[in-house]
Amino acid sequence: MKTTLTVNGTQHEVGHDPRRTLLDTLRDDLGLTGTKKGCDHGQCGACTVLLNGERVNSCLCLTAMHDGDEITTIEGIGAPERLSALQRAFVERDGFQCGYCTPGQIMSATAMLKEIAEGSPSYVSDDLDAPKLSDGEMAERMSGNLCRCSAYPLIREAIAMAAEVKE
Amino acid sequence: MRPFDYVRATAPDDAALVSGQIIAGGTNLLDLMKIQVMAPETLVDITRIDGLSDITTEGDGLRIGALVTNTALAQDARVRAGWPLLSRAILAGASAQIRNKATTGGNLLQRTRCPYFYDTSQPCNKRRPGDGCAAKGGEGRMLALFGTSEHCLAAHPSDMAVALTALRAEVEIRTPHGDLRRIPVQQLYHAPSDRPDRDTVLEAGDLITAVILPAPLVGSRQGYRKVRDRASYAFALVSVAGSIQMEGDMISRAHLAYGSVAPHPWTDGAVAKMLEGQKASDALFARVADALVPDRAPHPDTEYKRRLLRRTFIATLRQLTGLADTSGTDIARTQS
Ligand SMILES: Cc1cc2nc3c(=O)[nH]c(=O)nc-3n(C[C@H](O)[C@H](O)[C@H](O)COP(=O)(O)OP(=O)(O)OC[C@H]3O[C@@H](n4cnc5c(N)ncnc54)[C@H](O)[C@@H]3O)c2cc1C
Ligand code: SF4
Ligand code: FES
Ligand code: FES
Repeated sequence: MKTTLTVNGTQHEVGHDPRRTLLDTLRDDLGLTGTKKGCDHGQCGACTVLLNGERVNSCLCLTAMHDGDEITTIEGIGAPERLSALQRAFVERDGFQCGYCTPGQIMSATAMLKEIAEGSPSYVSDDLDAPKLSDGEMAERMSGNLCRCSAYPLIREAIAMAAEVKE
Repeated sequence: MRPFDYVRATAPDDAALVSGQIIAGGTNLLDLMKIQVMAPETLVDITRIDGLSDITTEGDGLRIGALVTNTALAQDARVRAGWPLLSRAILAGASAQIRNKATTGGNLLQRTRCPYFYDTSQPCNKRRPGDGCAAKGGEGRMLALFGTSEHCLAAHPSDMAVALTALRAEVEIRTPHGDLRRIPVQQLYHAPSDRPDRDTVLEAGDLITAVILPAPLVGSRQGYRKVRDRASYAFALVSVAGSIQMEGDMISRAHLAYGSVAPHPWTDGAVAKMLEGQKASDALFARVADALVPDRAPHPDTEYKRRLLRRTFIATLRQLTGLADTSGTDIARTQS
């Protein structure tokens, strides 16, 4: 079957088996290997991409279900010569060790900062109507992204740094 | 995954719904298809059916379309104000990425997290009735305390369903003949009996079209308390959802439900009777907890849940009735 996707602003038509996940389409058909496969079961967040602007686990998306959708991957966030504020902060604060989870962390954090700015609450928000960025909020909101190297404190520092730059 | 045909339903009366397996957010079904615990021959994508993605007011309550995402529901301004218990319970589950895809209908129908259900090398009556139950004599920390049968001891894992039960919500189901019926959330689920493979009362072709949320108890305090192995992104070991209305220091109404302790959100009418009309006190809560918690657990590994449920119940009631300080995380007061 055939599916049309807009990935990082470019439209692609991909031919595929109905079983294809969005993660495999991105990596194997489109060569966008920045998006990682960790668990393939929604448990680690390494495969996080933006689907029509919202973060999702691409390993739990069937390509066939996303005809006409817009996807942003880490390659669409920035490149070595023009890094996004979050990417710069991860480098500057050493927000990784092996780096395997990092694309997923950055995609997730990109969406997370937007969610807080829009007033979207989390489980730890004292007030469901006025969430504020704090270390505890970041830990909760980023809990869908595991880091096997346990770089969590520096990941949160990097996100906090990028959030300040934006403000 | 086993090969399957993919079809897209365009309307609630699409014929494909009768013969195929519905997929909505896919976050539970694809997970199970990858390990071939589920292997449908036809997958029916319902995400493009119009009219199932909105939250609208209905009387003093809300009508929540079956395709409304968990994220959209938890952050809806009306839900945050009137049914904060529902927002909290949804936000206590899964991760932001999963909640962005997970739907209201799919969340109710997610399958158990018993590890043997996931392990196709082990016998499991929920996968294939008559095969046996590997959890008996095996690992059982996640299993249920109430409502089990000798054929299956598994618990239902949804946080949202527990909140909806305490809030007295109903599920709207469309049959293939086009009839709409409404049943309380709890009645969606089957007791395991000798057919634990049948989680719910849904028949082939039945489509969940909406969840109907009635008006909240006026002035109620609502809370959802979830206990788990890590602070976030883990299924509940025990949870308690409550909506309590007080007159002074007397409890006038107590709507409660308990999660991860039964094959469906658990309720106990005797508990509400013991609480209503009484002055809130530690002695009362201890007595009611004795009545709620069973004398024995059905599996040695869930003995701990007896004490955990007791403590979580008491702690939640103390907060909901003002005996204990409330942390914003667990308790919220509804307006007017
Ligand atoms: C890593 C991980 C952690 C999680 N943690 C939690 C947690 O802590 N708490 C929690 O509550 N949940 C948790 N979940 C489960 C998650 O909430 C469910 O996977 C999700 O809600 C399912 O919704 P869906 O739309 O993706 O369903 P799908 O996977 O699309 O469908 C699930 C089932 O529902 C059926 N179905 C879907 N919609 C309809 C409809 N409208 N009518 C009839 N049948 C329908 C499908 O046929 C299928 O059988 C977790 C999941 C993962 C992967
Ligand atoms: S408890 Fe139920 S789900 Fe678990 S192995 Fe036994 S039959 Fe299967
Ligand atoms: S690879 Fe998708 S969540 Fe782990
Ligand atoms: S840096 Fe190694 S997994 Fe996160």
